[in-house]
Amino acid sequence: MARLRGCGSGETGREEMIGLGQQRKDRCRVVIATSFLLALILDVVPLPHWAEPFRPEWVSLVLIYWCMAMPQTVNVGYGWLMGLIVDLMQGSLLGQNALAKSVIAFLAVAFHLRVRMFPLWQQSIFVAILVLIGQAITIWVKGLTGGLYPTWVQWMPGLSSMVLWPWLFVVLRDVRRLSRAK
Amino acid sequence: MSHARAAQVSPPIARILFAIALSIPLMVIDQRSHYLRDIRSILSTVIYPIQYVASVPQKVGTGVGEFFTSRQVYQLENERLRRKVLKLKAAQQKHNALLAENTRLRALFKAAAKVADKALIAELIEVNLEPFTQKLLVDKGSRDGVFVGQAVIDANGIMGQITGISPSTSTITLLTDPGHAIPVQVQRNGLRTVLFGTGATNELSLPHLTATSDIINGDVLVTSGMAGRFPAGYPVARVESITSDANESFLEIVALPVARLNHSKEVLLIWPGSEVVVPVKRAEKK
Repeated sequence: MARLRGCGSGETGREEMIGLGQQRKDRCRVVIATSFLLALILDVVPLPHWAEPFRPEWVSLVLIYWCMAMPQTVNVGYGWLMGLIVDLMQGSLLGQNALAKSVIAFLAVAFHLRVRMFPLWQQSIFVAILVLIGQAITIWVKGLTGGLYPTWVQWMPGLSSMVLWPWLFVVLRDVRRLSRAK
Repeated sequence: MSHARAAQVSPPIARILFAIALSIPLMVIDQRSHYLRDIRSILSTVIYPIQYVASVPQKVGTGVGEFFTSRQVYQLENERLRRKVLKLKAAQQKHNALLAENTRLRALFKAAAKVADKALIAELIEVNLEPFTQKLLVDKGSRDGVFVGQAVIDANGIMGQITGISPSTSTITLLTDPGHAIPVQVQRNGLRTVLFGTGATNELSLPHLTATSDIINGDVLVTSGMAGRFPAGYPVARVESITSDANESFLEIVALPVARLNHSKEVLLIWPGSEVVVPVKRAEKK
């Protein structure tokens, strides 16, 4: 059973063979890094003009997943770093997304025990709320620095992220289990 | 073991406070000063592979499309372009004559003559930048001599200016960005004003003109060269609608950019020619 729990989360606790534990940890790191890299790419891939406002917040979604699955490894620090990379890629004010993503990571870690027990659709609502909080932070920052064009479409990523969450959750969970099961 | 886990998993309050304490000064410094420009430029180099990978599907799509374009289509296009070049060459002759005349007249008045502007073609990298702002990424950077504040045009007019650079890429902020303003003048009568971006993809506004200003629908706005950032004389926008509200002291004017902001695949980066005073005697000898 413990073997099936996948990388990290269960933390078998009996790591008699330290070498093996290290190997597993390395594998986990690779899986986490790869998923974040893919999320970053998907975050800037060009979309048709009409679909642009509906782009899900890939990085936030992956971040929330890992924060809930392995809160000891992935939490605020990862969030801040990923946010900073997003800022660099988008050419936005440095620290704007870093702040938003660290707050998202904090909330995801703070509620992870409760939310893990939720059925997927309820998790989706939780995820949507986190994404919207992140958007609110970036919109506030933009408002303060004078780069804001107010439209209601700006809140759409919350909706698309909510719709996407169940699929992403299942995919990432299976990947995590596979990486552990070997 | 379980003790340690329980302790670690509790909300990381110290970390979030640290992250907030780090982010806010970072944003303030980035907004208020240019200290972070170099650091951003270096870090952008690290990010470039991600952006490159993200732009590959688009490139492959275009490539496949080009591969299947028939020979006949190319021949027709070639013919069309050949004719266009001929027309442009004819226009160029006239332009050269006028330029020479202008230089001569300026010399007579002992006014500064403008040397022609230099241009470099840059190609767009198709990636998404900050959502709901008007920015583009192009494939030329500080290695090619691009600098922050440089004017960017397409075949029709001014598109915007460079606001961020890295060694091999640079970010263009378009005219339509809500944070962008450009000094312009009405081509018809030389009336000077400032043109602002609104954030909408194809709309600009002229907020500082009073009801008595001489401006009409269809007026072409060109760069005035004030503030020294944009070279003078390039077309920027065309006045689309003028609304006069008796309760407001200023007109509400909407203008449309003449550059094709959302369609251009290639843009031109402009190096403004320096002003030189032409000596009178040499000009008279010609």
